[in-house]
Amino acid sequence: METMFRPEMLLIILGGAVATYLTRIGGYLLIKRFKTIPPRVEAGLNAVPAAVLTTLVAPAALTGGPETAVALIVSLLAGLRFSGLTLIAIGWAVAMGIRHFVL
Amino acid sequence: MFIDDFKAGLRRIAPIIVSASPFGVLFGAVAIQHGMSTGEAVLMSAVIYAGASQLVGVNLFDQHLPAWVVILSILAVNFRHILYSAAIARHIELLSPWQKAANFFLLTDPHYAEIERQAHSGEPITFGWVMGLGIGLYLPWLALTYAGCVLGAFIGDPKSIGLDVLLPIYFLGLVMGFRKRANWLPVVIASSLASMAAVKFVGSPWHVSIGAVAGIIVAALMPLPPGTHSEIEEG
Repeated sequence: METMFRPEMLLIILGGAVATYLTRIGGYLLIKRFKTIPPRVEAGLNAVPAAVLTTLVAPAALTGGPETAVALIVSLLAGLRFSGLTLIAIGWAVAMGIRHFVL
Repeated sequence: MFIDDFKAGLRRIAPIIVSASPFGVLFGAVAIQHGMSTGEAVLMSAVIYAGASQLVGVNLFDQHLPAWVVILSILAVNFRHILYSAAIARHIELLSPWQKAANFFLLTDPHYAEIERQAHSGEPITFGWVMGLGIGLYLPWLALTYAGCVLGAFIGDPKSIGLDVLLPIYFLGLVMGFRKRANWLPVVIASSLASMAAVKFVGSPWHVSIGAVAGIIVAALMPLPPGTHSEIEEG
């Protein structure tokens, strides 16, 4: 294994690791300060996974080119029936098909 | 007991290893193409262990920005973990403080999703189970990063084999998996619009935090289902 470690890269990696661990434990430390979870906070927490993961998807339709946008729309519909690797394969095939035969 | 729970956790995470593997390889390959050494890439996977932020970090490192800007961007992409760790606090009461600390180190999108699923089905969430879940994905992630580094030297343009579209489609599949939850459609619409506006007018990676907060605020402001108050007060 090539084991070159540059000081600047080590700073970014270890700083990023500390920042990431703080995000992983921070929400727990914050919520433990409340004794009960108010219903609206709970409704907000229940929305977290869909809300966050959506932000990793929707902008790609704008920035990833037309083939990514079409692949995402097809995957959205296919996602009503398929999940996991099947869904990834469908979206990938659509994007690659457009890239090779249309663009 | 521990070992049985550990195996149950491993079995639960096994299919996710398959779908996460392209991204471990992708990260290793992209890291090498952006001038990282194999040692640096594997170390990054070992101590950060959050694929999307690792890819963002590698991209930014290439642009010769100050270290704190890159670290802040990694923080922004991983900000969602604050919300995950708050959400699972009520599900991990069986764990001791040190066990919780270890579990939080291994907290990822699928790790969070599986804990929610386990809690929803009413099964106990033990230390053995979360370790099977977490270590079951952590060790393959390191191996896949290394494999990606080896491959990275051979892949010319990741777009030519469609590597770039895998990540958003993978996340889309996770979003669709939550579609039975209350407020799912308004949340997804709000987060989509806010994140697309933010990526255009504020810039990456802040669209993640801005879009997420928009969806969460919409969910918090939606009419509460009847009976929610009494349930909370009794508990």
